[in-house]
Amino acid sequence: MPMLHTVNKSPFERGVLESCIRLATKGSAVILIEDGVYGATKASTASAMVEEAMKDLDFYVLSSDLKARGVDESRLIDGITVVDYSGFVKLTVDNDKVQSWL
Amino acid sequence: MSIEVNGKTLETDEEGYLANLNDWEPEVANVMAALEDTELNENHWEVINFLREYYEEYQIAPAVRVLTKAIGKKLGKEKGNSKYLYELFPYGPGKQACKYAGLPKPTGCV
Amino acid sequence: MSDTKKFLFVNRKAPYGTIYAWESLEVILISAAFEQDVSLVFADDGVFQIAKGQDTTELGIKNFSPTYNALGDYDINKIYVEKESLEARGLTVDDLLKLTYEDEDDDWAEKDSIHVVSSAELAEIMDQQDVVLSF
Repeated sequence: MPMLHTVNKSPFERGVLESCIRLATKGSAVILIEDGVYGATKASTASAMVEEAMKDLDFYVLSSDLKARGVDESRLIDGITVVDYSGFVKLTVDNDKVQSWL
Repeated sequence: MSIEVNGKTLETDEEGYLANLNDWEPEVANVMAALEDTELNENHWEVINFLREYYEEYQIAPAVRVLTKAIGKKLGKEKGNSKYLYELFPYGPGKQACKYAGLPKPTGCV
Repeated sequence: MSDTKKFLFVNRKAPYGTIYAWESLEVILISAAFEQDVSLVFADDGVFQIAKGQDTTELGIKNFSPTYNALGDYDINKIYVEKESLEARGLTVDDLLKLTYEDEDDDWAEKDSIHVVSSAELAEIMDQQDVVLSF
C-alpha cells in the first residue's frame, strides 16, 4: 500500500532518515522537509545511503525549505524531485497514508 | 497601544515601538517625535535614515557603540560620538532613534 | 582592560528547524556590548547557519543570515569553521557567507573573519577559552 513518509530532521544530527529508509516498504515515497532537506544533497556522508535507498523509494524535497537554507538545486542528488507546497499536498492525497518521522 | 498617522491607526507595543515594521512611513517618525515634544530636523533624519538602511542590510538595529562608529564613518567624526547623538536623541540614540525609524528596540538594549 | 575574558560561542545546530541558531546570535550580539574577547565556532550542522543564498520568503519567517555580516561591526572577527563538518556535508568555504571585518590597526583593510580549521586545531582553540557557551 503506497505510503508517504515525511522526514524533517537533518541526517547529520539524528538517525531519523536512516530509520525511515530502513523501515519504509518498497514503492513508498519519502519527502524531505525542514532540516530534512539537508539529506537531499550530493557529496555528503548521507548521500550514499540515500542513493542506495532510491532504488526502492521515490524521494522528494520541498523547494521552500531548500531556498530558506540556501541549498541550491544544483547540489541535489540526481533523481530527487523538487516539489512546492501544492506538490506536497498532492503527494499526501496520492498516498493512502502518511507517516511523519520526527 | 497605537498611534494615529495620516488617518491610519498603527499598532505599537507598550513602549511605543511599531508592532509592524511595514507600517512605517516618514510621518510615523514625526508623529512619534511630537508625542515626546521633539521636532525632527535634518540631523535627526540622517540618523533615522541611516538606521533604516542598516536594518535593511543586516536585519538588526545596531547597538549604540556600533551605531556611533558607523555614523562617524559615514557622516564624519564630528557626528560619530555619543555627545552629538545624545543631544539629538536625549532618550538614547539606540532606543529613541530606532523607535522613530520604525525598528525594534536594539538587541541588547534594556 | 584587565578583566577581559575569552568567550567562545559554539554553534552546532542548523538554522530555522530549531531556535538555537537565532538565540545564539542574539546572545553573541548582546555579549559584544561587554567588550570581551569573543570567538565563534561553527561545527556540525552549525555550518549551515552561515550558508550563503538563504531566502526564507516562502516560509514567511525572518532570514537572519544577513545579520552575520554585521559581526565585523561588533568587533567579532574570529570565526572558526570546522573543516571536517564542511566536508561531511559536501560543502566548501565557497558555499558560506563571506564574512569580513575592517582592521583598525591596518588602515581599515578588509580582512576575512572566517578561518577553516581542523578538528585538532578546533580542540586547541576550545582549550584556550575562559568561557565556552554551546548552542
